[in-house]
Amino acid sequence: MLKRTPLFAAHQNLGARLIDFGGWEMPAHYSGIVDEHKAVRTAAGLFDISHMGEIVVRGSAAPDFLNWVLTNDIRKLRNRQGQYTLMCNERGGAIDDLYVYQVEAEEFLLIVNATRISADAAWLNQQLAGFPQCAAVDLKNLSADFGAMALQGPKAAQFIDLCFPSGDEPGLAATLRKNDMARREYQGRFIFISRTGYTGEDGFEIVAPAEITPSIWNKVLEIGAPFGLKPAGLGARDTLRTEVCYPLYGHELDEDTTPIEAGLGVFVALGKGDFVGRPVLAEQKTRGTARKLVAFKSVEKSAPPRPHYPIWSAGPERRKIGRVTSGTQSPSLGIGIGMGYVPPEMSASNSAIAIEIRGKHAPATITSKPLYRKG
Amino acid sequence: MSNQIPAGVLHAKTHEWVRVREGVATVGISHHAQHELTDVVFVELPAVGRVLQAGAPCAVVESVKTASDIYSPVSGEVTAVNQKLTQHPELVNSDPYGEGWFFEVKLSQPAELNGLLQPAEYARAIGN
Repeated sequence: MLKRTPLFAAHQNLGARLIDFGGWEMPAHYSGIVDEHKAVRTAAGLFDISHMGEIVVRGSAAPDFLNWVLTNDIRKLRNRQGQYTLMCNERGGAIDDLYVYQVEAEEFLLIVNATRISADAAWLNQQLAGFPQCAAVDLKNLSADFGAMALQGPKAAQFIDLCFPSGDEPGLAATLRKNDMARREYQGRFIFISRTGYTGEDGFEIVAPAEITPSIWNKVLEIGAPFGLKPAGLGARDTLRTEVCYPLYGHELDEDTTPIEAGLGVFVALGKGDFVGRPVLAEQKTRGTARKLVAFKSVEKSAPPRPHYPIWSAGPERRKIGRVTSGTQSPSLGIGIGMGYVPPEMSASNSAIAIEIRGKHAPATITSKPLYRKG
Repeated sequence: MSNQIPAGVLHAKTHEWVRVREGVATVGISHHAQHELTDVVFVELPAVGRVLQAGAPCAVVESVKTASDIYSPVSGEVTAVNQKLTQHPELVNSDPYGEGWFFEVKLSQPAELNGLLQPAEYARAIGN
């Protein structure tokens, strides 16, 4: 029996094509992947992300504990601000990539991948048990209590304040900078609205108690409709994030892949002191890695590159040099795109490679990230 | 959607259609199939001259998310392929029985047509 988010009935009413995503019955699309992708790039799309996890960490030792288990530096955060970060094992391998928000000085909200909620909670509890100040840290997995949605697109800022009026205060669009978060009251409950997203567009993610998530979803869809807002599913979410080269856990990241290999070294704060995985990550930052994540674009129209397809070097002496981790036909560029791992000496931009697609070699070029840029 | 099955067109259970004229069959996929696939981004067609067997995979349709095999509904030699699909794969979605055709086959065993579904039979098969 698949798990359902609080918005399942809404997806049925909207005629969504439902699929199994990591044990969740989620909308792959409503009007079509390309249509929804284009709506997000030109107007706005609304994604159900209620399957993602929410873990709250509180206490006087919460900042120290989080700086121990996460790679980015939590001390950079002010109240109502978040950062992208990773949680690594002792080998520097990624257990998850996530956002951490400082709600208050001693209260943090972690937004984690749906497929990693159990693994993250188990790891955090295990690390907490061995942490010297564990008595001053309280950790709760509240994933089942919350729903969430992502409003993404250039027009989102035009109607976010119609959805959540601020009265006499300045509105969300004007006050929230990227990665800022607001806590608001909605139908007598607290909700969080953060200026972040996974599509490369401006947008807001709304985290709310599960019971009021459907009413927020319906309200946003109604208010956004005249601006071109459409419901958007996981299919478009994947094409959008691939175009801007955002990693997806399980593809670009896993427990045997480090943030340094994935090109995410900027989110690894080696200078903050010791943390889980630091020795391996420091070594990799200095000495380099055996493989490197690159982005690539197909040279001509072909079947799209897809995850797991082999990557070959080009030229007279071809050999297999890596594997595609994410790939698709780019709705914005009209050509095949993807990311994959190759040896660092073969990773230079403009290098010719070939993607093996059903036995044939489709030529491609390594390109600097992101593959798609606005304007 | 149920009245999207044209008269005079036969279907395989696997959703390919066949229109025959003077021993040559034009082959494509049905409206039902293109709707299931959603946005078609690429079609890999058989080469002209290739000999196809009824029921064997002969082409591939790629949507954004998946690749699907197309099974030839008839046996025979490929005499033409729809070049337009290289630049305009979306024709499969917008005009599956017309401009979205895949290839033409010179029938080697016309009796095979008797095993394909008439429009009403196909309509029932897809639940209409």
